[in-house]
Amino acid sequence: MAIATLPTKACAVNPLKMSQPIGGAFAFMGLRGAMPLLHGSQGCTSFGLTLFVRHFKEAVPLQTTAMSEVATVLGGYENLEQAILNIYNRTKPKIIGICSTGVTETNGDDVDAYLKLIRDKHPQLAKLPLVYVSTPDFKGAFQDGWEKAVASIVELLVEGPNVNGLRDPSRVNVLPGCHLTPGDLDELRAILEDFGLRPSFLPDLAGSLDGHIPDDFTPTTIGGIGVDEIASMGRAGWTIAIGWQMRRAAAVMQARTGVPFRLFERLCGLGPNDEFMTFLSEISGRPMPSKYRRQRGQLTDAMLDAHFHIGGRKLAIAAEPDLLFDLSSMLHEMGAQVSAAVTTTQSAVIERVKTEEVLIGDLEDLEELARTKHCDLLITHSHGRQAAARLKIPFYRAGFPMFDRLGAGHQLSIGYRGTRDLIFDIANLVIADREENHQPTPDRWRPSAALPLASGHRSAAGRSTA
Amino acid sequence: MSSLAATVQDIFSEPGCAKNGNKSEAERKKGCTKQLQPGGAAGGCAFDGAKIALQPFTDVAHLVHGPIACEGNSWDNRGAASSGSSLWRTAFTTDMSETDIVFGGEKRLCKAIKEIIDKRDPPAIFVYQTCIPAMIGDDINAVCKAASQRFGKPVIPINSPGFVGSKNLGNKLAGEALLDYVIGTQEPDYATPYDVNLIGEFNLSGELWQVKPLFEELGIRILSCISGDGKYREVASSHRARAAMLVCSKAMVNVARKMEERYGIPFFEGSFYGIQDSSYSLRQIARLLVERGAPQELLGRTEAVIAREEARAWAAIEPYKPRFKGKKALLITGGVKSWSVVAALQEAGLEMVGTSVKKSTREDKERIKLLMGQDAHMIEDMTPREMYRMLKDAKADIMLSGGKSQFVALKAAMPWLDVNQERCHAYMGYVGMVKLVEEIDKSLSNPMWNQLRRPAPWEALAKAMVHMQSPVAAIAHDPALAEAARRARKICSCNTVDLGTIEDAIYAHGLRSVEAVRNHTNAVGGCCKRRIEDVLASAPPAGLQAAE
Repeated sequence: MAIATLPTKACAVNPLKMSQPIGGAFAFMGLRGAMPLLHGSQGCTSFGLTLFVRHFKEAVPLQTTAMSEVATVLGGYENLEQAILNIYNRTKPKIIGICSTGVTETNGDDVDAYLKLIRDKHPQLAKLPLVYVSTPDFKGAFQDGWEKAVASIVELLVEGPNVNGLRDPSRVNVLPGCHLTPGDLDELRAILEDFGLRPSFLPDLAGSLDGHIPDDFTPTTIGGIGVDEIASMGRAGWTIAIGWQMRRAAAVMQARTGVPFRLFERLCGLGPNDEFMTFLSEISGRPMPSKYRRQRGQLTDAMLDAHFHIGGRKLAIAAEPDLLFDLSSMLHEMGAQVSAAVTTTQSAVIERVKTEEVLIGDLEDLEELARTKHCDLLITHSHGRQAAARLKIPFYRAGFPMFDRLGAGHQLSIGYRGTRDLIFDIANLVIADREENHQPTPDRWRPSAALPLASGHRSAAGRSTA
Repeated sequence: MSSLAATVQDIFSEPGCAKNGNKSEAERKKGCTKQLQPGGAAGGCAFDGAKIALQPFTDVAHLVHGPIACEGNSWDNRGAASSGSSLWRTAFTTDMSETDIVFGGEKRLCKAIKEIIDKRDPPAIFVYQTCIPAMIGDDINAVCKAASQRFGKPVIPINSPGFVGSKNLGNKLAGEALLDYVIGTQEPDYATPYDVNLIGEFNLSGELWQVKPLFEELGIRILSCISGDGKYREVASSHRARAAMLVCSKAMVNVARKMEERYGIPFFEGSFYGIQDSSYSLRQIARLLVERGAPQELLGRTEAVIAREEARAWAAIEPYKPRFKGKKALLITGGVKSWSVVAALQEAGLEMVGTSVKKSTREDKERIKLLMGQDAHMIEDMTPREMYRMLKDAKADIMLSGGKSQFVALKAAMPWLDVNQERCHAYMGYVGMVKLVEEIDKSLSNPMWNQLRRPAPWEALAKAMVHMQSPVAAIAHDPALAEAARRARKICSCNTVDLGTIEDAIYAHGLRSVEAVRNHTNAVGGCCKRRIEDVLASAPPAGLQAAE
């Protein structure tokens, strides 16, 4: 059981964390015809926008209320009103998702009250859903923003059970955590459909940020789940929540509609997928499709092939809580040792990470821990590349943002197939690193004390190859 | 905040800014704070601008005082290059928490400064003020002053909360901080009559290094580049330069002008984009240096270098000209680049369909008119949808812009080239110009475009299927229906006279003229005169009709 440790330093160096509002905005990007709107200064939006664009290599809709100094002093009502009207008139959105920022939280804008006033004043907005989430920059992290936004969407847009309370057992709601990529969602959809189930994903990033070429240019999101479909989610037979962060949204769904939910804390690895497939088989009343029997066989074989390379590795990993738990658990089950773990925010899964201590910290902490604990595999988002280069250890990119490689949106880590590919990717990385940097030399066989500047990863690699 | 307000006012009344110079006194006071459009704005904030302007100082620790959003969301997103220290790539932020907001963040800031000095010991620390500490009243000037004294090291406050204005204002606020706290605080080891400053050059993708060899060849020393590949000591002693070149006037005109005012360093505005612009800039530098006492022979040497470089560049571009014939480019960028890149592209034989002038000054616009003619298509503000249409309708063959609008072009399956900060190639100077042309050619001639623009085969099939089931298809298979359809064609739409009626009249009466047709039918023969003539022309010879 891991202990969560809080940082003691005043200065965060090379942040791992990203802010809560853009996490919230990210959730709205999985809704069709949506315009996420950050209530704050221009920069709050501009930074987030650049980040998303660099990660997905896609046009990303994101707007700002452009709070000026004066507006910040006088309150942001007028800016919010103008922003909503401008967006409504220019881009004809199906929904506007509003996230507050540090600026508007600090000056105490009462956005809920503002929205009421705006609705009263502008009857043309009557049918436009305006979903507001409070997401101060100075609290929580990216994942928290996502979590809150999804819970708010469920709260506001899902309709209660209809009069006769009839439900369609072939329909399932899927509430994916923000650590799942559009590629993961596509894979999930295929799995569910193979069991004869009809899934509704909330949010559905696979529809909007999977990098397809639309027929025309739209200023809002180009795909995702529609507002009508969200409203009807109460008629599904089950809700499947993925990642601990989605527990709250799933509970809200159940409270509103009575749809029972099942939480899968992770979907990477053999065990979790066995559990998942069994569950699908149960709720659909269908046997496991032969396709997945084959895939399971391939995964177990991949595990056999890769354990030589992954087993014994000392892993340094930094990611948001759910992704950290997901990946580190799988690698732990493959025989890797989670030696350094850093995350961004508090979460119940932290204590279940298979390591002694999880630090809520930054990439400097990760680098420091990796150095002192002689880690020989580093996993984090793209910002970790500098640390990996300095440590001279193999680096696997996972999470958000991934701006220096292509295909971030299609990286796959779930299902038997996704786990298999992930295991191969990491094992290949280790093999390549050994070939490039750790060819045996006479020196290598000497006791490590005699090595000039013996670095940990070297001796560790020596041991694993010995 | 009052001192910040004063600084902002001061920037707005910048006499070096051509745009401001043309405004009335009252308007000038209002400055460039055109109220940003909520729900319709895209650019960055003042903090963004300040950070962009100064981050290329490579050996300085850049500490952002604010919540995680300001640095956590934005660090590591620009490709300036460094020839030495890589400290600038390390992100430092106070990551303010709720407690700091309630009790004030000054203590945390002070501790953060100490931590950085203990761990990294940089020559200086730049502390950036953001919105939230400004709102709660954290006095970073005081903290920086105290820290400078306590640690015996320059700790420079950059007063740039995001909400005071645009990115551009932030650039200038950064410049003010340099003028107030850095420039002139140290002396260079030695001075030469060939010392120049480059102001507003950020060495993105290492562009500066494409031009630097030319300077070195001429014996001109870049005393300080503000801020590309910059070092703290260089900028601190930059007041000893003999002349300065202002590369990006929009960002740093205040620095150039105030350095002229305070230290008598003359400056000119130039660019290294395009062949002629590069030559102009080199000439100007040489001229200014000579005016300030450098030996006359520098001019001659400069001309020789220019002649050689120009000849080389022209020769390298020549083969592309026929390939670019008839190709049109749309340029969406800002400020000085809106004309300097136009010149470059025209040199390569591309036709320009338009250039954005969103961030351009009046002078910039004048230059565009000179280059593109009076009817130059200057785009004030173009929505992504309009850009998309323009490309989709093939009004342009390639779009050159910054990264944020790239998908507008790519989704229209049109070539696109990054000419802004996230580009991975350097386009400056003579070498860069050739590189730009090469890249445009690579993009335009890529065989991929034709494949992408072709619709999926099943779409054509689906269309054919629809066609088969339509009434048109039914007609095609039945001669009687086809004939009826042919005869039903309207010839005179004013009085709804169809082809059948006219043909019948011609056959029955052997008509030969439009006039005659008009007499026998309801046809008006005004707008449909041409069509009736056609019918007459295709009618059988008169003999046949007479026989009837």
